[in-house]
Amino acid sequence: MERSGPVVRFDAVGLAYPAPGGGLGAEVLRGVSLALDDGSFTWLLGPSGAGKTSLLRLMHAALRPTRGAVEVLGVGTGAAPRRTLPELRRRIGVVHQDLRLLPHLSIFDNVALPLRLGRRPESVIAEDVAEILRWIGLDHRAHARPEELSGGEQQRAAIARAVVCRPTLLLADEPTGNVDASQARRLLALFAEMNRLGTTIVIATHSEDLVQRFPAPAMRLERGRIRGHDEG
Amino acid sequence: MTRAERARRRAGARDPLGLRRAMSDRLLQALIAAMALLAALTFAGARAADGFAERWRSGAESAVTVQVPEPSLTRMALALGVLSVMPEVAEANPVDGERMAELLRPWLGDQPALPLPGVIEVRLRDLNADVALIGDRVAEAVPGAVTEAHGVWVARLAALARGVRGMALAALALVVLIAVAVVAVAVRTGIAARQESVLVLHQLGATGSEIAGRFARRAAALAFGGGAAGAALAVPAFFVLARLAQPFGDAVPTEGLGGLPWDRVPWIDLALVPLAAAAIGWLTAQAVVRRWLARLP
Repeated sequence: MERSGPVVRFDAVGLAYPAPGGGLGAEVLRGVSLALDDGSFTWLLGPSGAGKTSLLRLMHAALRPTRGAVEVLGVGTGAAPRRTLPELRRRIGVVHQDLRLLPHLSIFDNVALPLRLGRRPESVIAEDVAEILRWIGLDHRAHARPEELSGGEQQRAAIARAVVCRPTLLLADEPTGNVDASQARRLLALFAEMNRLGTTIVIATHSEDLVQRFPAPAMRLERGRIRGHDEG
Repeated sequence: MTRAERARRRAGARDPLGLRRAMSDRLLQALIAAMALLAALTFAGARAADGFAERWRSGAESAVTVQVPEPSLTRMALALGVLSVMPEVAEANPVDGERMAELLRPWLGDQPALPLPGVIEVRLRDLNADVALIGDRVAEAVPGAVTEAHGVWVARLAALARGVRGMALAALALVVLIAVAVVAVAVRTGIAARQESVLVLHQLGATGSEIAGRFARRAAALAFGGGAAGAALAVPAFFVLARLAQPFGDAVPTEGLGGLPWDRVPWIDLALVPLAAAAIGWLTAQAVVRRWLARLP
């Protein structure tokens, strides 16, 4: 589907979390303006605490901006009614830094979650999940619980869950932090393939090695502000 | 894929939040069962009060007594004859003299010489019939005959029955409120146990109604089970109550299967108890979960 304009647009966005004593705390993002084109691939770089995860959460509509305007896939998330946000979130795949696999479900059921929320038939779900697990090298662990998997395997399962729905926008927070170099290359190849097929991708990472291996535009975040936007 | 794996996959599809484990609280079902039992008995109390009031109204209220002093056969026959041709009288039966003496013995002792009046029990076809007019016509035919209605007593008994019914309904409302509170606590505990999972589902794009619906279905299933257990426990209590209430009713005692009064148990009302419990569970869980989710964007 062709879309006019950017997939993600931030206009002078500020974000502050609620303070423990009530009201809002200090801003963790300040005056952030950006625009990500449809089908783009962007690295999000910056030291820990720079605000990378908060920026991704704003893109995922898991947070609303406290200042400025955020538009994701044509939806202004700041003022959008709550009922419109689930539909938006279903079009966005997210790999969290802490993975967030459900411990009581098997890997198969974890990966199947987005498809089941989309009410796909079980036969389609079985096929799609088996395919992505095979691609990501976890087909032999489909019935294991997350706790039975290594850190790298869990990370791959979390990625499988994020991409199984073929999202329009994929957000990943340190998606290769727990895997070895060869697995990291394989995952990067998956992201590159998805990007080639039209998915807009934003990956937050510390790994300069990863960025060098896949040159692409990079946004540098420092103390809640965008300090640079390299064109790769 | 083994059978166990297939079963686990089906469970994963049906219950992604793992609520069967997070909300498997047997205490909740036991409490709901206890409240269902209370509700069934209270409701039965309300219904029984209604039933007694109705029976007293249709029985006692329509019963008028005519006392005939010096009850010779002729005078009694005359009084009965006058009564039997009155259109407003459904039935007129003389009370057996020996039965009268028997009834009065505790107060009067054995005094065969004491002149007891003859008593005729009259059932009216129409409750609004003028009893004074009936009395006048009987007294005209049989001098000295006195006709008495029991309207005052009936009014008092009916007021008492209404009071009992009101109290029972208030107790029923209290039981419902406690059930709501118990389910709310259980659902909150379930949310706390599965908070991370709820957040993940929310972030994956689950709507509030999808998440609330999962909790509501689980709460309704637990409450239905508890309600059914409570209703089943109420059945023996109904047998006992039916036996105790037998002397007050006019129904012929029935001995069904196993010598128990099966037909005196309000089966339809009992069947409604688990359904009402399930509805309370469903609605309460919906409200609690939606309120919890409202804090998320």
